[in-house]
Amino acid sequence: MNVVVCVKQIPDPAAPQALDPATHTLVREGKLILDDSDAYGVEMGLQLAEQSGGGDVTLVSMAPGGETSGLRTALAMGAAKAILVSDAALKGSDALCTAKVLAKAIERAEPDLVLAATESTDGYTGTMPVQLAELLGMPSVTFAKKVSVASGNVSVERQTEAGYDEVVCPLPAVVTVTAGVVEPRYPSFKGIMAAKSKPIEQLTVSELGLDPAGVGANGASQEVVSVVAADDRKAGEIVVDDGEGYARVVDFLDQLKLI
Amino acid sequence: MSIEKVWVVAEVNDGVPTTTTLELLTEARSIATTVEAISWGPSTAAAAGVLGEYGASVVHDIGDLGDALPGVPVAAAMAELVASEDVPDVILVPASYDGRDVAGRLSVRLDRSVITNVVGLTADGDEVRSEHGIFGGAQVVTARFTGERPWIFVVRAKSFAAESSGGAPAQVVELARVDAGAVDTARVVSRHVEERSGPKLDEAAVVVSGGRGLGSKDNYAMIEELAKLLGGAPGASRAIVDAGWVPYAYQVGQTGKTVKPTLYMACGISGATQHLVGMKGAKNIIAINKDQDAPIFSVADLGIVGDVLKVLPKLIEALRARS
Ligand SMILES: Cc1cc2nc3c(=O)[nH]c(=O)nc-3n(C[C@H](O)[C@H](O)[C@H](O)COP(=O)(O)OP(=O)(O)OC[C@H]3O[C@@H](n4cnc5c(N)ncnc54)[C@H](O)[C@@H]3O)c2cc1C
Ligand SMILES: Nc1ncnc2c1ncn2[C@@H]1O[C@H](COP(=O)(O)O)[C@@H](O)[C@H]1O
Repeated sequence: MNVVVCVKQIPDPAAPQALDPATHTLVREGKLILDDSDAYGVEMGLQLAEQSGGGDVTLVSMAPGGETSGLRTALAMGAAKAILVSDAALKGSDALCTAKVLAKAIERAEPDLVLAATESTDGYTGTMPVQLAELLGMPSVTFAKKVSVASGNVSVERQTEAGYDEVVCPLPAVVTVTAGVVEPRYPSFKGIMAAKSKPIEQLTVSELGLDPAGVGANGASQEVVSVVAADDRKAGEIVVDDGEGYARVVDFLDQLKLI
Repeated sequence: MSIEKVWVVAEVNDGVPTTTTLELLTEARSIATTVEAISWGPSTAAAAGVLGEYGASVVHDIGDLGDALPGVPVAAAMAELVASEDVPDVILVPASYDGRDVAGRLSVRLDRSVITNVVGLTADGDEVRSEHGIFGGAQVVTARFTGERPWIFVVRAKSFAAESSGGAPAQVVELARVDAGAVDTARVVSRHVEERSGPKLDEAAVVVSGGRGLGSKDNYAMIEELAKLLGGAPGASRAIVDAGWVPYAYQVGQTGKTVKPTLYMACGISGATQHLVGMKGAKNIIAINKDQDAPIFSVADLGIVGDVLKVLPKLIEALRARS
């Protein structure tokens, strides 16, 4: 079974984040890293491909500046190859545009299963994978907390408000996985070395057969009007517990008439 | 051209619209004169009264979807309605599991992009602006569509207060299900309900949440006990949901529930931005954390720098003694 895993390469979330004051988009400078949320998809893909007894994992990513750092991390985990779409024309793309671009790239890999995360860490629009499924003409199951594949079907435990549903769907399909669906492996030293020579096919928008004029900020039909600081909560009283800290909590609850 | 018509994707369970549905209907009334609901399921007709009371004049009912996942059939039927030249200016979709599926599918069918994670809306002439919290709610981004209508907004729960308008029951109009072919093949084979007692997490007046600082799954029992003593609901950080200590339904934050209780108690939670966005709207916040530099203290009205394993047992004992 051939699995495509969507992986987003993002600025390190641990680093201070900022918006570009002119364009109101996230500042993406320096090296990008593999979105943690996508490490679950990569691991899931590797396990499913292995269990199916053949086929491999292809990564698909859209990122600026020919960025491959995050892809190398996922290749080091065990993915076989990657497709990277990188093009200056894509700057300012919204989720729908991203889906159109990734759909074109994914069609080339002829996958049986496409995996993505329920939402990315930096953008968290959470709609890209379903838009992708619609463009690919595939069914989709979102919010998977367990995934298995048997006889041409994917079975998913899908989170719900009340608990979970067991959902079955014929392949090919798009599945979005939640954190915790599987435990991502750490790349081994051997994996890291091997990743250096694994193929990354880099494509532009026109190479995908799309019109550069219709993508990126040109194609986007939404814009940020303003960014302002929120009315911030102020820190209140801080008490260092000397064994009686609980009593201060009881007083507070009393004041609020909660007890 | 002003904003005339808003559709609200209305989720109904056992004849009862979800709270978020009512929040969206309430907000829709302040954006446009005509508010219509799009709904599905075996019990939509039973909900027509409440949907009308909150502002819907019409409910387009797609009917029982059986064991299909709603995303595709609902979006397909809506797209069909738009194609029949019944075009709303704005479509509000709840940021729920199924709501997000509907929005994504509809987006492609209509070739319109989607604005997600909306926590506020304002109509101004022929424009609708949406608000979003970023960086843990420290900054507010205002956005708008520049392209063709309809404009699809995916709105987070608890963004608006639900208020009845005392309207008459909505008129139920059947909306034909469309054959969507291969994309509509995901089927629910069984449903599992994880029971929990007490008030619902996103409706409770008091929420007591625990994080990794509790040290172990067993210690979460203290959170449950404290929540019970205060008539509240227990919640959790993602760290302990991922660790399998509690079900996902307990999670507060960006990828979990947004809560706005009278009191939020964070026990052994660091206060990562993704957690803060889900609870910063609480009227009062108490935090217990042994690290005095934990970010959670920057939003707490009362912060106890201490060991939860020492503070919580005493607190529980004191509250038991008073109840
Ligand atoms: C895309 C994305 C979405 C996310 N969504 C969410 C979300 O919805 N909700 C969410 O909560 N998180 C979310 N996170 C995760 C978030 O970034 C944090 O990792 C998580 O909130 C940390 O949980 P925690 O505070 O329990 O654990 P930690 O960060 O490990 O903090 C534990 C805290 O406990 C304190 N502590 C330790 N021992 C004790 C003790 N004995 N007594 C008192 N205090 C003690 C420590 O000082 C520390 O501050 C998301 C992350 C990403 C990338
Ligand atoms: N530029 C991208 N490249 C590859 N995958 C992406 C990209 N954007 C989004 N995705 C995938 O879609 C998921 C949801 O993203 P989002 O809609 O941004 O929340 C991500 O976690 C990725 O799996």
